Amino acid sequence: MYKLAVLGDRESILGYRTLGFDVRACENEEEGSDALHSLAKEGYAVIYITEQLACRIEEDIAKYKDSPLPAIILIPGKTGSLGIGMKGVHAAVERAVGADILADA
Amino acid sequence: MATMNVNPTRMELKRLKNRLTTARRGHKLLKDKRDELMKRFLDIVRENLELRREVEAALIAANRGFAVASAVMSSEILEQSLMCSTKSVELDVSYKNIMSVDVPEFSFSESDGHSIYPYGYAMTSGELDDAVDGLSKIMPSLLRLAQMEKSAQLLAQEIEKTRRRVNALEYVMIPQLEETIRMITMKLDENERGNLTRLMKVKDMMIREQMQKGN
Repeated sequence: MYKLAVLGDRESILGYRTLGFDVRACENEEEGSDALHSLAKEGYAVIYITEQLACRIEEDIAKYKDSPLPAIILIPGKTGSLGIGMKGVHAAVERAVGADILADA
Repeated sequence: MATMNVNPTRMELKRLKNRLTTARRGHKLLKDKRDELMKRFLDIVRENLELRREVEAALIAANRGFAVASAVMSSEILEQSLMCSTKSVELDVSYKNIMSVDVPEFSFSESDGHSIYPYGYAMTSGELDDAVDGLSKIMPSLLRLAQMEKSAQLLAQEIEKTRRRVNALEYVMIPQLEETIRMITMKLDENERGNLTRLMKVKDMMIREQMQKGN
């Protein structure tokens, strides 16, 4: 059986516990990347990360990009969306097509 | 285009011709694969974009709710209220094969029966209820987003790989093979012509010799 986890700063991830997700609070990048790697090893299938944290541990996240699991999904944190999640989708388009053909869509 | 470093022999020519037909067939198949992958990918990515927009908006709203709640309530009570959950989520992962790319499919089951609010209403504010409610409503989309986004990433990787292969075949392998085959054919033809003139020359010499003997 697989599990779900949420990573981010304390206030952003507070509510996800009510959904039955496991939450790990991390305040800095070191804690973040440690938590990410340990979660990935423990067999979490989906890991949600706040954009605020994700933009500081991009390299760690990129490691899991091409493996089927875990899926690492960026979500907006308490200070709102930074647009990194959207940028990720457009980056995938660019990688596949060669140009971002959905840019204005 | 540089030719390959091979001996211009009939055997080599036959081998190269075989390779060329294989390369052509592979190129066609890979091109078809790339086109189909692209079609699927674009469908997935469009849905992905829409889902992301929806989920982000809902999550931002929920976060706002939590922020207001934390302003109204003391942080200890807020923390306590959200400390434990009434639900637990069981996630199941199966794999779907899209054009030989294994993409995960998530399905989840919640233990149901309880209310979504893990706290009593006495000490908490209404904003918190709204936030929790919004969060639990967006949960299926949140999971679907995870599936879509992972699929999009995996397909993008596969498309990139396939495109490289197609291009390598189209612009390197096939022209090189064609060029080498042409080179070998020319060489062989040249040898053939050389042989023919030599034979004619020898024949000429023999005839002349005979005519001299006759005299």
